[in-house]
Amino acid sequence: MAPSLSLERAAYLRRLGREKRLILLAQILLLVGFFLLWEVAARLGWIDAFLLSSPSRMAATLARLWRDGSLWLHLGTSCLETAVGFLLGTAAGAVIAVLLWLSPSLYRVVDPYLVVLSALPKTALGPVFIVWIGAGPESIIAMTLAISLIVTILEVHNGFLATDPGKLRLVKTMGATRAQILFKLVLPANFATLINALKVNVGLSWVGVIMGEFLVSRAGLGYLIVYGSQVFQMDLVMASVLLLALVAAVMYQGIRLLERSVQNHMEGLQ
Amino acid sequence: MVQFDHIQKTYQSPNGEICALKDITFSVAEGDFVSIVGPSGCGKSTLLSIAVGLEQPSGGQVYLDGQPASQALSRMGYMPQRDELFPWRSIWANVTLGLEIRGQKDDAHLQRVETLLNRYGLSGFRDKLPGQLSGGMRQRCALIRTLATDPGLLLLDEPFSALDYQTRLHVSDDIHAMIRQEKKTAILVTHDISESVSMSDQVVVLSARPGRVKAVHDLSEFKGLSPMERREHPHFARYFNSIWKELEH
Repeated sequence: MAPSLSLERAAYLRRLGREKRLILLAQILLLVGFFLLWEVAARLGWIDAFLLSSPSRMAATLARLWRDGSLWLHLGTSCLETAVGFLLGTAAGAVIAVLLWLSPSLYRVVDPYLVVLSALPKTALGPVFIVWIGAGPESIIAMTLAISLIVTILEVHNGFLATDPGKLRLVKTMGATRAQILFKLVLPANFATLINALKVNVGLSWVGVIMGEFLVSRAGLGYLIVYGSQVFQMDLVMASVLLLALVAAVMYQGIRLLERSVQNHMEGLQ
Repeated sequence: MVQFDHIQKTYQSPNGEICALKDITFSVAEGDFVSIVGPSGCGKSTLLSIAVGLEQPSGGQVYLDGQPASQALSRMGYMPQRDELFPWRSIWANVTLGLEIRGQKDDAHLQRVETLLNRYGLSGFRDKLPGQLSGGMRQRCALIRTLATDPGLLLLDEPFSALDYQTRLHVSDDIHAMIRQEKKTAILVTHDISESVSMSDQVVVLSARPGRVKAVHDLSEFKGLSPMERREHPHFARYFNSIWKELEH
């Protein structure tokens, strides 16, 4: 804002910039160093590359998957299942949270059951879904829903209940109907809560998808991991895990970008 | 004309019942500004909640021009403790919120809001978000939001309590001038004695729980003076002291 920076401020900004660059450099060195050490250790025989694989062997595996076209099949299958899972989980969770907000007595009735369901380890339901729904992607999506739905309901409903009581009073004195209160106040006031649910659900959906693919699948990263371990191709297992880490991080980062743009849009909130 | 006619309020809870208000009776003439003061917990905010229909009285009735208040809710304008502007809405969308909810966004009403924004120096901010305005401007927006539906009675629930002292003096001067200029009947609830003496034509003093009307002070000798001028008036301290003593005992 000021046309010329004071010396002290200029020095401060320089220091800030230097620190940022140093941190980034250290992060890159850590990654490169890790893979380099892994490769060297494998080549010099310090570790058994058959069990622990190595960066070059993983790269070769990925290149082979790329060439025979199956890379996109597995990657696409898992990504699609995850995306369907977290979008469905967030949407359904938000709708159910709205219903519970509309009917406080319904909420009081189902509250203990929600607590039990949220405490239940959802992976236990995997075999149940396979029997009920069949051995296909539907079961995998059901798995991701089971994992993310209850958390979303509780989280979003809590957000709704925390809506500023002063603003609630205000719109009530204006004669607002329950639907008007929902659409004009409660939902917009909880935009951040909904985005946050989306963020949490990306992570949870990946758990559900990989879990589901372990149990039943003909394609996907989880399938590659299980298949690789069964035929003792650790290169395939490690390469799939690496790929999984990458796409999960990319997806998470995407939601964060969405969040940031929403935050910018709602600037001046405080 | 507004009448509070033998208002009673008892709160029920599993642990017992609490008598909050007991036999509150007073009236406010058209165009008058009346303050209700009382120690905290005396039920003065409850009285406003009853008037705007947020709560039902256990007995008695509030009348607006002879009509029970519960049938005249659309003619009440409520101004809350904080400005309660929605941070995601522009100033324009905020001040027209009441019209939107009541389905009254017609040309005549919108024109009126436009005029109010102009008159009180806010027209340049209509597309800004509330976070970009100062506390005093936000409070003026809150009043315009209340005035937008052209209410017959304004109910102000400690509207300055969230402001710091300096801002508070200026804002109460502003708001007082606006309410006078729009010739509105207003009831202000506050625990601040000097605020009540500096702003109103009449002060109703409530006792500690259960709230009863302890005294009514007529301040018509201050008519025409702004809150700032009243604070410097030689009689200001006399009113202040007698109300203060009534609240003590």
